[in-house]
Amino acid sequence: MTVQANDPGLSISAGSGTRIRPLLEWFARRAEAVAIGLVAILIGLALFSLFILVIGKSPVTLFQLMYTGGFGSWFSVQNSLSRAAPLLLTALCVALPARLGLVIIGGEGAVVLGGVAAAAAAMPLLGLVPPAVLFVFMGLAAMVIGGLWIGLAGFLRHYRGVNETISSLLLAYIAIALMNQFVEGPLRDPASLNKPSTRPLPAEYMMGDIPGMDVHWGLIIGILACILSWILMEATSYGFAARIAGGNVRAAQIQGLPVGKLITGFTAIAGSFAGLAGMVEVAAVQGSANASLAAGYGYTGILVAFLARHNPLAIIPVAILLGGIDASGGLIQRRMGLPDATVLVLQGTLFIVILFCETFYGRFRIFDPDLWKRSA
Amino acid sequence: MTKLLSMNRRNFLQTSAAGALAGMMPGLAGSPVSAQTALTIGFIYVGPKDDYGYNQAHAEGAAVIKAMPGITLVEEENVPETVDVQKTMESMINLDGAALLFPTSFGYFDPHMLAMAAKYPDVEFRHCGGLWQEGKHPANTGSYFGYIHQGQYLNGIAAGYASKSKKIGFVAAKPIPQVLQNINAFLLGARSVDPAITCQVIFTGEWSLAVKEAEATNALIDQGSDVITCHVDGPKVVVETAAGRGAFVCGYHANQSALAKDKYLTGAEWAWGNVYTNFIKAAQSGGKLGNFVRGGLKDGFVKMSPLGPAVSAEARKKFEATLAEATAGKLSVFKGPLKDNKGNVVITADKAYAEDAIDLESMAYLVEGVVGSTS
Amino acid sequence: MDESGIGFWGVPLAIFAGAIRVSTPFIFVSLGETITERSGRINLGLEGTLVFGAMSAYAVTVLTSSPWLGVLAAMATGAVFGLVHGWICKFPKVNDIAIGIAMMQFGLGLAFFLGKPFIQPAAPKLPSILLGGWSGIPQVQAALNINVLFFIGASLAVFLFWAFKNTRIGLTLRVVGDSTDAARAMGLSPDTVRLLATAVGSSLAAVGGAYLSLYYPGSWNEGISSGQGLMAVALVIFARWNPIGCFLAALLFGGAGALGPALQSVGVTQGYYLFYAAPYVLTLIILIITSSPTRSLAGAPGVLSLTK
Repeated sequence: MTVQANDPGLSISAGSGTRIRPLLEWFARRAEAVAIGLVAILIGLALFSLFILVIGKSPVTLFQLMYTGGFGSWFSVQNSLSRAAPLLLTALCVALPARLGLVIIGGEGAVVLGGVAAAAAAMPLLGLVPPAVLFVFMGLAAMVIGGLWIGLAGFLRHYRGVNETISSLLLAYIAIALMNQFVEGPLRDPASLNKPSTRPLPAEYMMGDIPGMDVHWGLIIGILACILSWILMEATSYGFAARIAGGNVRAAQIQGLPVGKLITGFTAIAGSFAGLAGMVEVAAVQGSANASLAAGYGYTGILVAFLARHNPLAIIPVAILLGGIDASGGLIQRRMGLPDATVLVLQGTLFIVILFCETFYGRFRIFDPDLWKRSA
Repeated sequence: MTKLLSMNRRNFLQTSAAGALAGMMPGLAGSPVSAQTALTIGFIYVGPKDDYGYNQAHAEGAAVIKAMPGITLVEEENVPETVDVQKTMESMINLDGAALLFPTSFGYFDPHMLAMAAKYPDVEFRHCGGLWQEGKHPANTGSYFGYIHQGQYLNGIAAGYASKSKKIGFVAAKPIPQVLQNINAFLLGARSVDPAITCQVIFTGEWSLAVKEAEATNALIDQGSDVITCHVDGPKVVVETAAGRGAFVCGYHANQSALAKDKYLTGAEWAWGNVYTNFIKAAQSGGKLGNFVRGGLKDGFVKMSPLGPAVSAEARKKFEATLAEATAGKLSVFKGPLKDNKGNVVITADKAYAEDAIDLESMAYLVEGVVGSTS
Repeated sequence: MDESGIGFWGVPLAIFAGAIRVSTPFIFVSLGETITERSGRINLGLEGTLVFGAMSAYAVTVLTSSPWLGVLAAMATGAVFGLVHGWICKFPKVNDIAIGIAMMQFGLGLAFFLGKPFIQPAAPKLPSILLGGWSGIPQVQAALNINVLFFIGASLAVFLFWAFKNTRIGLTLRVVGDSTDAARAMGLSPDTVRLLATAVGSSLAAVGGAYLSLYYPGSWNEGISSGQGLMAVALVIFARWNPIGCFLAALLFGGAGALGPALQSVGVTQGYYLFYAAPYVLTLIILIITSSPTRSLAGAPGVLSLTK
């Protein structure tokens, strides 16, 4: 499958000056991920088409509908973006610890407790502070609780040797129980009849939509969080130290890196992002904390993070792709009479193929930066 | 209603004109295709359409109106009560041209449906279970529900005769008014047969949690309950587990007699088909849809499963008499004097709530004789 | 106290009965995952395999009226899922955890999709053995009405414990799991061993699903599993890759899960959400107590990506 370096088609760059070589090198590095990703998506769609043919429906209609429902109009694009917003933050909850070699699967717990904390923090402040200040307090409360929750998994990992995958999952179940206890017990608004919830935020205290769009502010918050995380990982000494610790804990310790603090700190930051997702759900969507906070965003975030190869910037397109598939799912149900599970099958097929295609990284010499470094 | 129909005619043409491009081709209103009473209706379910319970009851109601002329039905299942449901409603409006939406889960009401209703004032929204209030909620919204607690009262009568241990059991999801009404009505029905009967309730905390529902059923039977009913989204597990342990069963949401065979006494079922038919007829004839629609056994919103073989002649007599009373609109399930299970008087002796009493819809107590707590 | 109920004795009885009733899926999934992880692979997607197993077992039972054919069908479909996972993961740079999560999505989706026609029909259940004939108390009789799969699972735990130590296959698994290079040096093919270990593990997980749909709670619908597959995979780490440990962990988890309903049934009704969290709290506490930073990897296969 490798491409020969002396392929005439590849030697166009020869002699075209040394200026563009670094650019080509940079491009080759990134083009690999994009090209492999796109080919993987095409293969995944082809396999899924076979499935649709077998059950006697038309893949062409299905893909047309997916395009219409996911990205075919401004309404559909906004639909996809709205669904992507919470995933940006919950994916970070997986991606950041993953760079340290930790597998955190309990982000859902930080989401629900973050939502409860945000709602609780808002109650005494309503009417006393302007909305912007309120959001800061709500966000802080959510981030602190989310950070503590996932940070605890990181802390236990380093200082007690408790596996973080299992502890974060256990903590997620415990968090959901606590959330239910709070919203049906001490924090319940007696007026929330058949859907136990905390006291709703008044309309003037809702976060609202991005101006000119029908998407709430969670999208901007999520994108900013991804960019900040990328800077943290790639451009700071903390990120550098974390990546070393992720590569080899012992080597990091020998170099004198504070591995325990790095692990606890990065898991706490990760958890605070998931907590923030809970706050956004309360402040921008639900208006109160209730059982709908446990909508599975934490679990979908795991998938987003792994597809994005734990790169915070790559999370953005992956989350939007997932949001688009999700958004088009409804249209497929309605127009083709297919069950909701169709989208799950599609997602599963796509993700298996995309993840499988990881194996092709480094196999095609066309993407080898060295190829472009050397003069052909 | 003229808005509803005109808006709908335009959208219907869009939809039928080009599937994939629907919603993006305005200006077809002058096309010769005639569709005077055409109406696209959207149904949204919180769980799978075939759960043998809550969602299935609605989907079966939707299937009834699907057969009506001029109706295009669009349905979406497993829609969470998040921004997802808002976008599903918008998508049905924008891409399918739906002019009347039925979001069927309680949690869709506030804030989701209200937000969409404000944004799309020409679309009609009718919500199942919500408490629509004049002046507070938009005029293009409304809510409908059935007095199914009457059915649970009748379940209680059948249970009261069948129980030998004088203990009956209730598997409930969450302590919310709709559920509390059912638990209380079930016990009150049983106590109308024998005032010594008590009802044990176990809350599972979730609307759909198969293993916990089975565990709860077993725990109730271990503690002596010999008639079981429930209020969860899909009663299949409770019904099968209880019958398997030899307890009698009263059904809920739908007819589960096939699952419990001769252990099935009766059941409180929804008859949404009637409710939806009424709405559609009103919409098609240009009449008012109604903003606050309620009904019980009298109005055909709720019905009872046929009595099972284990129901004694004596029980049958009392059951049928009470059913006739309810069908005549004369049954008052909640009447004083009534205490809650903490000893407080909740309904004074001189008071009797009619079936349509709005106060009942915010019930927050369990009556005396129910073993359980609301938080 | 009236004679129909058994009062507070109901709580220990419920914990005992619950441990047996609820634990079986956890036993099968965690034993299966132990086999897979001992070979050095992790398959996080067993939740999907479990649910697909539940669906295929129920569907085949509805069609053939034989629950044991249903169990066999579940094993077959489980093995296919395992083979797919194992085959994909043999390629370099493929992350087994990520593939597991994707397979979970795929398995759930396919099970829900194909399972639609089988939600309504009823299927005959797997047989159970009545061990409570000696007792005159119906509650005890019911608690001792134990499904055959529970005994199979318990025996399997003992057998695997023995087999890992004393058989050639067990030794092969451990060598492959501890060092890929050492295994190659011994002339073993790590990829093949892992492929088979994942297939066998997945097949066992599907039996856990068959127990859910064919015995307890004994019905097929999309909410049949509430994360048992995912939790069971986590229990393997808790049990430190020891089959007997898996069995005990599953019992503990099942018993603690019965606490919430049992306490409510005897009138302890406040704060039931917290009682429902008991299995998770208990597992976490035991983990914290029994772990230590110096021997956290005791019993862990050397090449397992989860513990590196």
